[in-house]
Amino acid sequence: MPSAPFSEEEVAAIRADFPILARTVRDDRPLVYLDSGATSQKPRQVLDAERDWYERLNAAPHRGAHALSEEGTEAYEAARATIAAFIGARADEVVFTKNATEAINLVAYAFSNASQKPTNSELSVDGPRQELTNSELSVDRFVLGPGDEVVVTEMEHHANLIPWQELCRRTGATLRWLDVTEDGRLDLSHLHDIVNERTKVLAFAHQSNVLGTINPVDQLVSRAREVGALTVLDACQSVPHMGVDVHALGVDFAAFSGHKMLGPMGIGVLWGRAELLDAMPVFLTGGSMIETVTMEGATYAPVPQKFEAGVPNAAQAIGLAAACDYLTDLGMDRVAAHEHALAERLLTALATRPWVRVVGPTDLTDRGGAVSFVVDGVHAHDVGQVLDAAGVAVRVGHHCAWPLHRTMKAAATTRASFAAYNTASEVDALVAALDTVPQVFGLEVA
Amino acid sequence: MDLYQQLILDHSKRPVNAGLREPFQAEVHHVNPTCGDEITLRVHVDGDVIDDVSYDSQGCSISVASASILAEEVTGHDLGEVRETFAAMKSMLTSKGEDPGDEEVIGDGVALAGVAKYPARVKCALLSWMAFSDALARSGHQIDTDPDGGTR
Repeated sequence: MPSAPFSEEEVAAIRADFPILARTVRDDRPLVYLDSGATSQKPRQVLDAERDWYERLNAAPHRGAHALSEEGTEAYEAARATIAAFIGARADEVVFTKNATEAINLVAYAFSNASQKPTNSELSVDGPRQELTNSELSVDRFVLGPGDEVVVTEMEHHANLIPWQELCRRTGATLRWLDVTEDGRLDLSHLHDIVNERTKVLAFAHQSNVLGTINPVDQLVSRAREVGALTVLDACQSVPHMGVDVHALGVDFAAFSGHKMLGPMGIGVLWGRAELLDAMPVFLTGGSMIETVTMEGATYAPVPQKFEAGVPNAAQAIGLAAACDYLTDLGMDRVAAHEHALAERLLTALATRPWVRVVGPTDLTDRGGAVSFVVDGVHAHDVGQVLDAAGVAVRVGHHCAWPLHRTMKAAATTRASFAAYNTASEVDALVAALDTVPQVFGLEVA
Repeated sequence: MDLYQQLILDHSKRPVNAGLREPFQAEVHHVNPTCGDEITLRVHVDGDVIDDVSYDSQGCSISVASASILAEEVTGHDLGEVRETFAAMKSMLTSKGEDPGDEEVIGDGVALAGVAKYPARVKCALLSWMAFSDALARSGHQIDTDPDGGTR
């Protein structure tokens, strides 16, 4: 039986956990927060977890032998285990970063660093420097050069596009991409041509931050496997909104940000298959990611520590674990059902307004709760401003997906995006405010 | 809403002197990377006088109206007057609402005073003015006496 959306009473109870939702904006209007795709609000449980860290445990994890450091290390590693379990992973496969952008860059730079030819001076060092990894799997897996190809999609957020553009520029590899159809789905008709024997990486969004489209991971992964390409999943808009099991998806890497899933800012996750993380060259280097250090060179700690240089964002990791616990208690199936119902309510309302064009799928199959649209003749900034005056917070602009907007023939869109704390009446408030837009800008609508 | 005065809506629907024309001494293309507003703007200066400002503005009503007001307020004026208009517009738009603007100096520009209270929109209103200043600089005329001020 499919999961049910939250009842009014349940949503009211959820909302009570989010202090910010009680505030007013713009002349004492209740805040209608429909911008969770940009960043979600945080429940008291997450704020309390962070506070508890600073009040009770604060010490640099993995350093020192005093009591606080020991307890702090335990709490930090317990947070890693909680977050790993939330996505069906092993704890040592979870690398903490500052956000998903850094996580994707970490992978891109692993390729980049593996592809750099050592200079003569490096070769002459007769020490541990050449031991890039502690792994059986060769670092050659990550070497890219002219003739190799990296494939992304046209619907990527800049965070999953520009690191690959730059990687190609540095290595001489070629960037290719899968197109997006008019109705906002990936065009897979040329999948076998675009993802081919030369493809070394296939990087794609699980769910589009603009269109709401949920991409066919199975099909993409199975083609990538046929040609031996590694897959990198941008899971920023999926992990917060639906149950995600990275091993079941079959991808090689996944990246997501804590702040979009009720967690704190400043913490993100790179998940990778253990053997791949093992084989990958390091990215950020410095303290605590080492095994031994001499003046000539260093060997590195096992994963995940080898990717976590410097004192980590421990309080944020613990806050993110609290967010995972909170979402687990809600039930990710119910979160997904709830957001789906809100998206359906909005899409149904927009369908009766011919002056609004939805940018993205209008059917609810394989579709999440981000709904972007344009009002013909009114720029998204102006739409957003009218909504804002009514207390409705949405995102306007190109949402860090400029190429996608060009393809969808929209300079900018207005996007509503949902989380577990949103209500049906908030969708209605958005629609009511939207209905004033034509009048404000003197549009004649039927 | 106080932001969308009728003057702004009129200018954005029927922008003054819109379109790209010849002759021109400099052409610039400026974008607002947060929202994708774009303007291509050309200037033609005859001696000391702004003979023509022609432009193609794609963006929100604030950015289009601002370009239209720019064209209306500077075309046919000499560089001394234009410096004063530019400084007054920039001051008003970056004042966070403190400077209501002087209609004697900026004409319809005062309709944009409300924009200064919305930090996210200030760049929309400034876009054409910064493009204009840049185009003049490229044709050898400096009008921005404080190039780093107020636009960050």
